[in-house]
Amino acid sequence: MRILETKGMTKSFGGLTAVSDVDFHIEEGEIVSLIGPNGAGKTTFFNLITGIYEPTKGEVSFLGEKMELSKPFEITEKGIGRTFQNIRLFSTMSVLENIMVGQYCRTKTNLMGAILRTKAAQQEEAEVKKKALDILAFLDLLEFKDDVATSLPYGHQRRVEIARAMATEPKLILLDEPAAGMNSGEKVEMTKLIRKIRDKGYTILVIEHDMKLVMGISDRIYVLEYGNKIAEGLPEEIQHNEKVIAAYLGKADEE
Amino acid sequence: MGHTGTVLINITLYTVILFIGIKILSKFFDWGTAKYINFNKKSKRTLGFILGALLIAWPLVASGNPYLLRTSIIVLLYVVLALSLNLVLGFAGQLSIGHAAFYAVGAYTTAILTVTFKMPFIVAFIASAVIAGIFGLLLGIPTLRLNGDYLAITTIGFSEILRLVLINWTSFTKGPAGIPGVPSPSIFGIMIKDNIGFFYLILLMAGVTVFISIRLLNSRLGRGLIAVKDDEVAAEAMGINPVYLKILAFVLGAVIAGAAGSFFASFIHYVNPDNFNYLESVVILTMVVLGGVGSIPGVIVGACVLAILPEALRDISSYRYAIYGLLLVLMMIIRPQGIISSASLKKGGKD
Repeated sequence: MRILETKGMTKSFGGLTAVSDVDFHIEEGEIVSLIGPNGAGKTTFFNLITGIYEPTKGEVSFLGEKMELSKPFEITEKGIGRTFQNIRLFSTMSVLENIMVGQYCRTKTNLMGAILRTKAAQQEEAEVKKKALDILAFLDLLEFKDDVATSLPYGHQRRVEIARAMATEPKLILLDEPAAGMNSGEKVEMTKLIRKIRDKGYTILVIEHDMKLVMGISDRIYVLEYGNKIAEGLPEEIQHNEKVIAAYLGKADEE
Repeated sequence: MGHTGTVLINITLYTVILFIGIKILSKFFDWGTAKYINFNKKSKRTLGFILGALLIAWPLVASGNPYLLRTSIIVLLYVVLALSLNLVLGFAGQLSIGHAAFYAVGAYTTAILTVTFKMPFIVAFIASAVIAGIFGLLLGIPTLRLNGDYLAITTIGFSEILRLVLINWTSFTKGPAGIPGVPSPSIFGIMIKDNIGFFYLILLMAGVTVFISIRLLNSRLGRGLIAVKDDEVAAEAMGINPVYLKILAFVLGAVIAGAAGSFFASFIHYVNPDNFNYLESVVILTMVVLGGVGSIPGVIVGACVLAILPEALRDISSYRYAIYGLLLVLMMIIRPQGIISSASLKKGGKD
């Protein structure tokens, strides 16, 4: 089943076409990467598929339904979880609380329920905690559950962010440069982690600069340059694609 | 010259006293919170019972001294007001500077309903809370959609407009003269006739406000609010509608402030626009900031300190506002996070 699909998607800002006529799709259970040099339109693409921008032409469908222009919280409700390029954990909360916030949109307790602590509210709270602990256990973060999230080492903070995205119970997880600022050891860890999450049944879209990481984890790769899709395919194909090499390293005849 | 010299010496003296006082108090509260967070559930509960029992027994101590009892009532009234603002500022992170406006709406609603329309207190009390909440909703919906300082500006504007309306709409509010003769409350046949009764009524209100604050903070909604305060973008990515939560906190804060206003009107038996001027909002805001934004015990302590201070300083009344100002400046330098910061109440939290 196609989780996400775009057809002829184009976005112009005045005279500038940031994304031009891009066809793209992700099948359930895939890890797909979107790469491209700086300014290639990755972020615009990201905002288009999450409904923050409306395409100038073409359309996006998520789980077979056309994506309407939405607020970020509505997108999360629909089932797209995300992480941020620059980690954005809730700095005054513990790791566990950060994950529990992720369950917000899957829970219902209202003000009266919260104040009177009704049976339903208590039950829901217990479930939220259990789910959060399960996710932490799955990502080997259980020992840090009571630590202030932002006091953890960088690599762990990224993992907490992924855990938090998983807590929103998404169909699709968007990882925005998950390896940004990581050393090579942490990158290897991240690669393993992304695979592990996929094996649990999540579909993952990675937006990334780091070639090694992308080649290591992706089932398929899309390459953008100046808003155009210049290549798509398996990692080996992309690695040997001349247009991609030219886009990243410059053309041979220019040297 | 001689007089100026005395003033300077006095101010310097007060600065030193306040400096040392804040340092000692800070140490004491740091020690206290560090001990408290390591208590188990049972010890925490026992401590709560002891505190509650002391408060309930307090009128026995204070009844011999009418001034002390009256001050206690005012202190608790400010605890309610400061906690209601804390819902907005401390939980949702929204700076509302005109909080006294909701207090005024509550007080005037009660005064007008009980004096002009001869309605029973309980009806007026509920109406005060509801009408203050409606004002909160009407003000919150347009402004809380925007980020930044718009709420601060709008709330100042609202409170000033309201004050001017109270002064000038003489046929309804009796203008600057105010409305005298607000009757003592009678709740389901129980007549509150003395300050002991008023003490228990406001103690109950303070208890309910603390209860609501704690329950809200430890719920899904409370986590959502703190998430919005910490990082609105990340909160939205968690499926949180930040505008909804901010409005919820704002309206709840207005409702509680309205209820406090209702109490005030029937306690003082008189309302007048001067009770709800801009300075009143600033005092409430200062209590929250001084105590520790977002920290329930901190805000309670902040309200107590700032409500008692003017009384304690009556003997040196000419220095009252100077000391008030000094205290704030020194606090911001020595302890900007407040007396009991919300971070210090967390296990593993750094202060």
